[in-house]
Amino acid sequence: MGHGFLIDVTLCEGCEACMDACHEIHGQPDTENYELSALNYTVIKNINIEEEDIYYRRMCMHCQTPSCASVCPVGAFRKTKEGPVIYDASRCMGCRYCMIACPFDVPKYEWESRNPRVHKCDMCYQRIKQGKLPACAEACPTGATLFGKHEELIRIAQERLQNDPERYYPYIYGLKEAGGTSVLYLLPVKPTELGFRLKGFQQTFPQFTWRVMKEIPNVVTFSGVFMYGLWWIINRRIELQKLDVETSGRELTSKEDDNGNSSGN
Amino acid sequence: MEILPVTKKPFRLTFWKSVFFLILIAGLYSTYIRFFYGLGAATNLSDCFPWGLWIGFDVLCGVGLAAGGFTMAALVYIFNIKKFKPIVRPAILTAFLGYLLVIFALLYDLGRPYNIWHPLIMWNPHSVMFEVGWCVMLYTTVLALEFRPVVLEKFHLHKPLKVIKSALIPPVILGVLFSTLHQSSLGSLFLIVPEKLYPLWYSPLLPVLFFVSSVAVGFAMVIFESYLSARAFNKHLEKPLLMELARVVVFILSLYLILKLQDFARRDAWHYLFINRPETYLFWAEMLLGVLLPLVLLATPRIRRHSVALFWSVLLVISGFVLNRMNVSITALESYSGAHYFPSWMEISITLMIVALGFAAFRWIAKNFPIFQAEKVPALPSIRQIPIVLESKEKINKQETLN
Repeated sequence: MGHGFLIDVTLCEGCEACMDACHEIHGQPDTENYELSALNYTVIKNINIEEEDIYYRRMCMHCQTPSCASVCPVGAFRKTKEGPVIYDASRCMGCRYCMIACPFDVPKYEWESRNPRVHKCDMCYQRIKQGKLPACAEACPTGATLFGKHEELIRIAQERLQNDPERYYPYIYGLKEAGGTSVLYLLPVKPTELGFRLKGFQQTFPQFTWRVMKEIPNVVTFSGVFMYGLWWIINRRIELQKLDVETSGRELTSKEDDNGNSSGN
Repeated sequence: MEILPVTKKPFRLTFWKSVFFLILIAGLYSTYIRFFYGLGAATNLSDCFPWGLWIGFDVLCGVGLAAGGFTMAALVYIFNIKKFKPIVRPAILTAFLGYLLVIFALLYDLGRPYNIWHPLIMWNPHSVMFEVGWCVMLYTTVLALEFRPVVLEKFHLHKPLKVIKSALIPPVILGVLFSTLHQSSLGSLFLIVPEKLYPLWYSPLLPVLFFVSSVAVGFAMVIFESYLSARAFNKHLEKPLLMELARVVVFILSLYLILKLQDFARRDAWHYLFINRPETYLFWAEMLLGVLLPLVLLATPRIRRHSVALFWSVLLVISGFVLNRMNVSITALESYSGAHYFPSWMEISITLMIVALGFAAFRWIAKNFPIFQAEKVPALPSIRQIPIVLESKEKINKQETLN
């Protein structure tokens, strides 16, 4: 299962330290823009529910069965054993199917570039391979972003829900969503109030395609043989008709006999 | 110094030629912007709306409108209905040009067009796009093979012609297979976004619907193209054949309609048909003008016999098909993305340029290659059958006299 994040929204104060750290590590300028983009791999969102400000992070969810990796025609996306879903620009041909397919709308594009790349959070893959924390988890002053082993994070989340049921909406977002993600959320309100989708969302999306794709070898072999057979039968009948006609042309008198014989062939 | 041939006609600037050159100039300017300043400068695409006109029209419609190639090849070579032979060549030419233009258009839409060959060596068999890419590549090769006789005939190379004729069926079958796969797979592209595609269009049957509608529009395009060619090249219109094809269109459109109804019944999606929102109107337009109306028109023998009425009816089928593909790839995604997308003038000018290049290429090839004239083969089976017809008549006469 690898590593992942546990985002405890109740602990987030909206200080944007994660955003700044992310910009720094990826060499991006700080922006006033709070939408995911080629220059924002993570953003802090703010929503006011019942007089209370809620701050929460958005970033790549690092699905266990990622749609982006499934749809990419050249395999530019890959789920690593460490947890992150990473992108290899050198393979990419820029079809942007990943952007269409991602259930969380995470991959973003360099629209103004002549040599554009797809951009999204890579969970600081290079850093975690060296045993370091991802930049955002290291920078978070409140512990709202926790990095660790996936199983460990699930255990922590369950404990928090049990010990402090008043504080949380009793649900770990990301455990089942899109077939399970490496990023888990604990939320003070129902996930849908923050625009997190729930209904009809607890399934791996690549299965919808695979259901059809896996039939291709069957369709090809079946219809190949079917069509060849069809041609063979029809063509044979036409040949026979010609033959029939020719012999009857030569032997005018015994036409009925020929017919009987040829059908027996 | 060579003397120029006197017979060469001087260049005359007609209305359509000037339109063509204007489109070409606009398209070339947009091409410059697209490749030197990026997709963002030339298009209205954005992070909210990553696919637009070029995928919706140039690719989805382009591939569908070129379906006449494989459907006609199947009719003539697999089902052995030889009477359609006179219109199989223009259909294959349309398809061949169509696929080349789709690949050309893809170079504009891909962010990194120089990597277009990557699927050859970087495989991902789980990806629909990977499969479409391979099928389009292989089918374009098959179309080139199917088109060879035209080139060989033009240069009177009879020996290789004979070789081709001896092995005609395998490439045709492969062509039908590749076409079936990628025509349906263009629908499968959207299977992975059940929560994004508006429910009027999202269906587990998308691949089947895409395939069936491509077959219908393939035949409609053959009729459309035959009518225009007959006018443009002052050639005889193969009316009886087109009337027959129109009946095939009726048959396929009925299948499509039944599939649509089954799909709505299966998903119990009827109530979406009566919600007051733009998607609903576009869906009804697609179904009423593009499927039901032409179905009724083409089912009427009087309309089928009247070549102008026939032309307008198949034009409805084609427009309905285009609207369907645009609806699936653009309209159906708008409400989810929350963004409104309308193509920029540069996107439109490049699409127009590609269509115009298609018309111009067809015209040039039709004028310079044996596309329309019948093959001059000495021993056709139909010729051999002539005495038989006479003979049987004689026989009837004989019998009549005997009686």
